[in-house]
Amino acid sequence: MFVILAVLIACSAMATVLTKSIVRAATYLLFVLLGTAGMYFLMGYTFLGSVQVMVYAGGIIVLYVFSILLTEGGKEEGVFKRTVKDASWGLILSLVGFLTFLGVVLSHPFRSLPLSAPSETASAVTSIHSIGSNMLSTGDNGYLLPFEAVSVLLLACIVGALLIARKR
Amino acid sequence: MMFAGVFGFLTRRSTLAILLSVELMLNATDLNFAVFNRMLHPEGYEGYFFSLFSIAISAAESAIAIAIMINIYRMKKHIQADGLEEMKW
Repeated sequence: MFVILAVLIACSAMATVLTKSIVRAATYLLFVLLGTAGMYFLMGYTFLGSVQVMVYAGGIIVLYVFSILLTEGGKEEGVFKRTVKDASWGLILSLVGFLTFLGVVLSHPFRSLPLSAPSETASAVTSIHSIGSNMLSTGDNGYLLPFEAVSVLLLACIVGALLIARKR
Repeated sequence: MMFAGVFGFLTRRSTLAILLSVELMLNATDLNFAVFNRMLHPEGYEGYFFSLFSIAISAAESAIAIAIMINIYRMKKHIQADGLEEMKW
């Protein structure tokens, strides 16, 4: 299951940045986000997975498709229309980053650490009940302040988006 | 996923495609937070809440960015990153 999801995510991510049509890029991004939600479900983080499906796959992708259709109307735009030199610089930089990342991960002794068994502790920690009480508690491990900050941020974002995109 | 996002960010020309690449990178970091929380400290939930708040913040970010795109398109009739040179017009 993990391998299927990982291959789906990797292929869709490559297709997102390589496809010519931007509507298709948004569709591939939808597959990436759904695959990530599947990863969360696989880890036992069901609430995070459903948030991912609702907010990302349900909200952001629809917003992107709307804005693509409002602006360019799915006009063809390719990564290779740019000069090959620029694209190859991007390719070289991202490959160097990827290899550095791979080296760091493989050199770190993850295998010696005790990887935990699935379900038991994680599902106890991340049940809806404990999420809610952590989110609204002010004690140790309380997340009330970021919660309120995010709510103010979302309000400011609504007002700002309306202000920017209004008709003059 | 992260480096596919980096590649797209560096090479695409349309600003909307650049935004899609930014979403890819944000998604990769969310997944990393959740995985490290789950695999290394399964009794904690810091990475879990980090992912939740990161999802909320990236939703806000993309809403604002899309509003800016629509505004730019209204004024310039295109959203190619090469053609955007003024900050106010």
